[in-house]
Parts: sequence; C-alpha cells; structure tokens
Amino acid sequence: MSAQYLLNMQNISKEYDGNLVLKNVTLQVKPGEIHALVGENGAGKSTLMNILFGMPVIHTTGGFEGSVEINGEQANIDSPNKAIDFGIGMVHQEFMLIPGFTVTENIKIGREISHPSLLSHIFGKELETLDLEQMAQDARTALSTIGLNIEEYVKVAGLPVGYMQFIEIAREIDKTGLKLLVFDEPTAVLTESEAERLLKIMKKIAAKGIAIIFITHRLSEVMEYADSMTVLRDGELITRKEVKDTSIVEIAELMIGRKVEKLVDLEDDTRSFAEQSVALALKNFHVDMPGERVRGVDLEIYKGEIFGIGGLAGQGKIGIPNGIMGLYESQGTVEVFGKKLDLNKLGNALTNSIAFVSEDRRGVGLLLDESIELNIAFSAMQVKNEFLHNFGPIKLLDKKRMRQHALDMIKLLDIRCTGPTQKVGSLSGGNQQKVCLARALTMNPDILIVSEPTRGIDIGAKKLVLEYLVKLNREQGTTIVVVSSELVELRSLCDRIAIVSGGKISAIIEPDAPDAEFGLAMAAG
Amino acid sequence: MQEQLKKAYDNIGLPRLIIISFFLLMLFLAAPLGLNVLSLLGDTLRRWAMYGVLVLAMVPAIQSGIGPNFAISLGIVCGLLGATISIELGISNQWAAMGTAMLLGAIMATVLGILYGLLLNNVKGSEMTVSTYVGFSIIAFMNILWLTLPFKDGNLIWPIGKVGMRNTISLSESFGLLLNNTWGFTIGKSGTGLYVPTGLILFFLFACVLMWLFMRSKTGIALSAAGSSPAFTRASGINVNKMRIIGTAISTALGAVGIIAYAQSYGFLQLYNAPLWMGFHCVAAVLIGGATTKRASIANVIIGTFLFQGILAVALPVVNQLLPESNLPDVIRLIISNGIILYAISKTKGDK
Repeated sequence: MSAQYLLNMQNISKEYDGNLVLKNVTLQVKPGEIHALVGENGAGKSTLMNILFGMPVIHTTGGFEGSVEINGEQANIDSPNKAIDFGIGMVHQEFMLIPGFTVTENIKIGREISHPSLLSHIFGKELETLDLEQMAQDARTALSTIGLNIEEYVKVAGLPVGYMQFIEIAREIDKTGLKLLVFDEPTAVLTESEAERLLKIMKKIAAKGIAIIFITHRLSEVMEYADSMTVLRDGELITRKEVKDTSIVEIAELMIGRKVEKLVDLEDDTRSFAEQSVALALKNFHVDMPGERVRGVDLEIYKGEIFGIGGLAGQGKIGIPNGIMGLYESQGTVEVFGKKLDLNKLGNALTNSIAFVSEDRRGVGLLLDESIELNIAFSAMQVKNEFLHNFGPIKLLDKKRMRQHALDMIKLLDIRCTGPTQKVGSLSGGNQQKVCLARALTMNPDILIVSEPTRGIDIGAKKLVLEYLVKLNREQGTTIVVVSSELVELRSLCDRIAIVSGGKISAIIEPDAPDAEFGLAMAAG
Repeated sequence: MQEQLKKAYDNIGLPRLIIISFFLLMLFLAAPLGLNVLSLLGDTLRRWAMYGVLVLAMVPAIQSGIGPNFAISLGIVCGLLGATISIELGISNQWAAMGTAMLLGAIMATVLGILYGLLLNNVKGSEMTVSTYVGFSIIAFMNILWLTLPFKDGNLIWPIGKVGMRNTISLSESFGLLLNNTWGFTIGKSGTGLYVPTGLILFFLFACVLMWLFMRSKTGIALSAAGSSPAFTRASGINVNKMRIIGTAISTALGAVGIIAYAQSYGFLQLYNAPLWMGFHCVAAVLIGGATTKRASIANVIIGTFLFQGILAVALPVVNQLLPESNLPDVIRLIISNGIILYAISKTKGDK
C-alpha cells in the first residue's frame, strides 16, 4: 500500500550524458517520520533531491524515469515552484538569506501579508501596503516553534552562523501546508551544541506530522534521531531499513561496502621500511579552510611510503594539504625531514621539496589560458630558477629548454594534445590532470602530495595517473601522499590510510582492513 | 582558402575589421575632398608613435591583474614634473635635458606607483572605478601644486605676476621635437609630403622590445600569471599582491616616460587639466587593439594605437570638409574621440 507514505518515489532513474547516476531508486517517507538519506559523495543523494524539487538541471538534461507520488497521488513536479505548492520545503546547506533584511523580512519573503492601498488600486497588487504587525507575529510564532530566542526585528547580517540555519528553518515551517522538509547536511557547519539543538528541533517539527528527509554524513546522528533510512551507493538503492533494526557498523558497511577492485597493477614491491625515517610530520595542525577545517591533526608519514588520506567531504581531509602548502592559514608545526616549515611564508613548502597537485584543477592547478609548456615549467621556473637564461640579475625565459621538457613530459605521461603550445583550457579533464602532475614532477620533489588525483577524469586516464604514482614511488623512492574521496582508489594504492573525520584523524588503517573499519572511522565524531 | 580566411578573420576580430574599414573609408574620402592624403598619413604615423609609450603602459597593469590603468595620469603628472624640473635646472644639452626629465619622472612615478599599488590591493574587484577617480584626483591635486611650486624659470611661470606655472610650456628651447627630428625624413615634397619621425618611432619600438623582454623574464611571467589566476600563482609560492604592485609601478613609470615622448613631439608641455582624459584615450586604444580588461599584448598596443590615433587624425579633417563653414570642429572631435572610447569600453570583455 503506497497510501501510507507521504512521499513515494518509485523506480527513479536518471542519466547525465549517458552516465547513469541513479538506477531504479525508490524513496518512501511516512508522515511525521525522520527519514535519513545516507550515502557516500556521488552516491546520488543530491540528484534524487534535485528530482524531488523539479530543479531545472534535471529537466534541461532530459528529465528522469520513474514516478513521484505525494499522498498517494501522482505528482508531476517540473519546477521548484510546483514543489513548494506540493508542500515540500528545503533547508539549504548554504544559507539563502538576505543579510540586510530583518529576521521577519527573511522569513516572510515572497509571502508577505499585505492590504490594498490607494496606490495598489491604481498600479496593481505589487504596491499593496505590508501588514508588518501580522508578519512580525507570524515570524514570532515560527521562531518560538523552533525555540529560537531572538527578536524578529534584528537584521540577519551579523547573526552567528548557527542562527541563520534556524531562520531558514523558521522560514520553511512558516509556509502553510508544509508537508515535507528536506535538511541537506544541516549539521555540517554547526558547532556541537548548535547541532544538538537543531536535531531536537527536527524532532519537534516531525512531531507535528511533517515528514523530514535528513541528509547527513554523521551516522551517529542517524542512529540517534532518525526513524528510518535509505542507503544509496553508486546511484543504486542498497536498502531501506528502520533505524532501530540496525547499527552504526552495519550502516557504514552498507554505505561503502564494495569489493576492492584493483585499480592498478602493482609491480613487485622491493621497498623496505626498515629505517622508518619520518618524511613529513604534523603536530597539532590546524587549518582554517572554509568547509574543510582541520582541527588538530597529528600525523607521521614515513619516507618512501604511499600514504592515503581519506574521509567524507567537508571533514577536513582537503584542508591538510592546502594548509601544508600555505594556501590557507594554519597553526601547529609541520616538519619535513626533521626541518620545521615556516607556515607563514608562502611557498616555503615548495622550497623544501614538497610538490602539490591541487584538487581544484581549473582554479588552482592550471593557467587555463596559457600553453601546456608554460604550465608544466611554471613552478620549477619560479621556485627553482629552472628554464631561465641568466644575464646577471635579469632572468629571461629559456624557451628551447622549456619546449624540450614539455615534449618529454607529454611523451612520458601520454598527454593527448596538438602540441606543447596548445592552451590547457582546451584539454580534457584527464589530460589537464596529467599537466598538473607534470608540473609537480618538474619540481623533482622528495614528497609529492596529490589531492583528488582522479576527480572528473575517465577510467583510462585514472589508471595511468595512479600507475604513474606507484611507479614514481617504487623507482625514485618519492614519498607520496594521496588525498582522495575514493576509498577504492586509496585502498588499491596506499600502504597506510588515515581517515579524517571532524577535522581530526579518526584512525590509521591498513588498506586490506575490513570495510566496516573504514566505515566506522568515517562516521566517527 | 576559405579556412585561412576564417582564421584570419578570427585573429583580427569584428571590432577591428569595422574600425579598419572606417579608417580606410575616411582615407578614400580624403582625396576627393581635396585633402592631402600623404600629410594625413604622416599625421597618423606621428600620433601613433607619440601616444605609443603611454598606451604601452597599459600592458603591465592589465597583465598583473589590476585592469586598464585609468590612473595613468598619475604617471603623466610625474613626467610633467620631471620635465619642468629639468627645464628649471637649465640643462643646455637637449639629450641630457630629456634624459633628466624622463629619469626624474620615472623615479617619482615608481614611488607613487608603489603607493598606488598598495591602494589597489585593498580594493580588489573595483580597480577600474577606483583608478578612474585616482586619476581625476591627482590632476586636481597637481593643479594646486602647479600654482604654488617655487619654480623660477621664465619659460615656466606666468610672465605677469611671476607666480604659478603657465598652462602650456613651450619646449622649443629645451627638447622639443628632439626625437621626431632624429633621422627624420620626408617622403614626397618637403612641407606637403609624409614626414617620418624615425627617432620617435624607434623610441616607441625600443620600449616595446624592452616590455617584450620583461614579459619573458621570470618576474614578467609571474606577473602575468598573477593577473591570470591569483590562486594558481599563490600555489607556486608567489606573492600576488607584490606582483600587482610591480605591475602598477611599471605602468605608472611608463606613463611618466610616455608623456615626455608625447610632449617633445607636440612641442609643448600641457599642465593643469590637459592630462585629465588621457587615461581614457590610452585605455580605449589598447582595447581597440584587441586587449581585454584581463589580457593585453604588445601587438594589441601597436595595432590599437595606430587605429585609434589614425581615425582621429584622418576622420576629423574629412568631417570638417564634409560640413564646411560650420563651427563644429571641436564638437566633432569630441564626438569622434568619445565615440571610439565608448565603443572600445563596450568591448572590454573581448570580442571572440
């Protein structure tokens, strides 16, 4: 019987450019229940929510297959306005509030209460007078429902981040006819006490009969607050379970469990770690990178190993390399072969023989309008004065050497291009990544940090990039740190894997440890 | 063949095609109207070279990421100050006088440019607006200085009252036309032919070569990268703000050198409000040459200056002939020059 469900999304499939991102997924939510939607990054959670909201991105890319029923009736949601009409609301991860407006105005925006006035008789409804008192009263009611004790007439600008989230919620529950509210990782940006309060409010809202879809990476929150849950993995529905019938370990396994496929053909391992000298040591390392905060990491990476750093998005794994490279403000100590880095000095890591391939390929990794050869040579030229003619204090570009080196790298890494002068902006993702890698290799580093090495590149390029990292490690003894959201990748490549959760290292795990161990470490904190 | 044509078209771009066609149209109209085409072309050539260095000053500014430097008048007033000091010192050798003027101007402009660069680093994102107003403000400030600076030379100050500088200062007794007349020659009859100011053109091209070398140097490449992608540049351990300051300082210093090259060709130093709109002319020229507010090359400068100044030099006499006995020359000059500026600025995003 489907009528018992408020929301019933049946057999939803969706493809983007021939890539199947959702395969026959079913999502069912009862009235008044908190339903957790869990899955790794890229499991298809956001796509499913985009379908539910009728977002244009779905309908401009060919729509979707399957059916959506609300209260047992077929619902054809093809625009966000329709979704609102059906009583679906959403609390966004990024706050959609207008800083210069008061709390009341933000809550009531688009749904203002108004009276006809002289002007509106002449010029139409747009010029009706606002009933500020009634609006303030409504706002007051909404705020007290969620137990937020602030004046409705203060401006949103300057309020603490946590409050903004609550105002978003107040806005949603002020909508009459709200039946279903989606929380997209609401606790990711909140402090612990704020998160707890938010979750309690969620319970209160659910107690009023409003169904809640709760997207989160924190499994402990699921265990404590959700009634039921749906697990997605790689666009497929894994299971729908009542939370009381499961455990954290089981959820973790369901979420990431999959056979470890060999992404690389490892060569014979002739390395020995008898000495175990430390290449890179982090002590009480904090990085202030928005969205990827690192809150006190202690880590020792040995010379000659391939070390993996994994974890869910937003937990701080990306912050670690960016902090080491000095791209975001950081505190604590970083030692490279026993020598302390000056974290306040930009480029200090580079001069200490650390090279970095950024996860933000198009933003940080490449000069899109410049040639392949300049992109490859740039860092070595600036940091190590290579590819330059020296005329006393004047250093001019040595185009010949730069060209030769670029040709070597294009051959070595099999960069598919029309030649070394092609602009990198016109290369494919995989080839751009190879250019980034080539630039890092040109630095001839002792320690190479690669962040998300295979994000957005095709499987062939993926294999080549990973294999090359292994080769570099085995043949030249380069210490390699791989930061990646793809656990499979880390497990097929690394000697040890650190899992980051809540800005801290929650565990350091051997690559062949059971899935549950990884799941637990990711969900900790 | 068709493909080659299309490639050539893509390289030149529609705006330049339109401007080139307009320029040629004016040139073809000139002869039937009884104008001396050779001297018009000579005029174009002279204006091209005399504005060249000022327009070249846009390159380091745009490449370093501060965008078109509307505040080039900052450099211009330094150049003017350098020139007036050089005259006041009474240096008799023409070359020494011009060299002193350029050197003094460039030094003052560099200092001022560094300070101005510091300011621009604090207003990232609105450099164009800020630089426009800085450009206006420095003119107003210098208006006070021109009136009060204790210059004594009779060529500089008002003959009556003996206080304050003149509006226009003749360079005929110092370094006026010094570059223009070096190795200069006339094609056709003297007086009506095409005069080629060889020295001035060589000076401009020499400045271009220096700029080209700088852009290939370690610092120049880092500066270009800073303008193109600050995040990328930081990741290579380069201080982006420092690069922006270097770009601003070089641009301002070139402004100082450029105005002296300009003034010697014109024969006069123009003080007070004369440089007020020069920034716009320079920006418009480089944009017409195909630069964007983010990327500019030396080729953009050479082509853009030629087209912009060429149209001013040729279109004005032609239009004046078409509307005889009118009192409109000055109005038309304004319409044409501002029209081109407007057109160029509407193309700030590039045209591909």
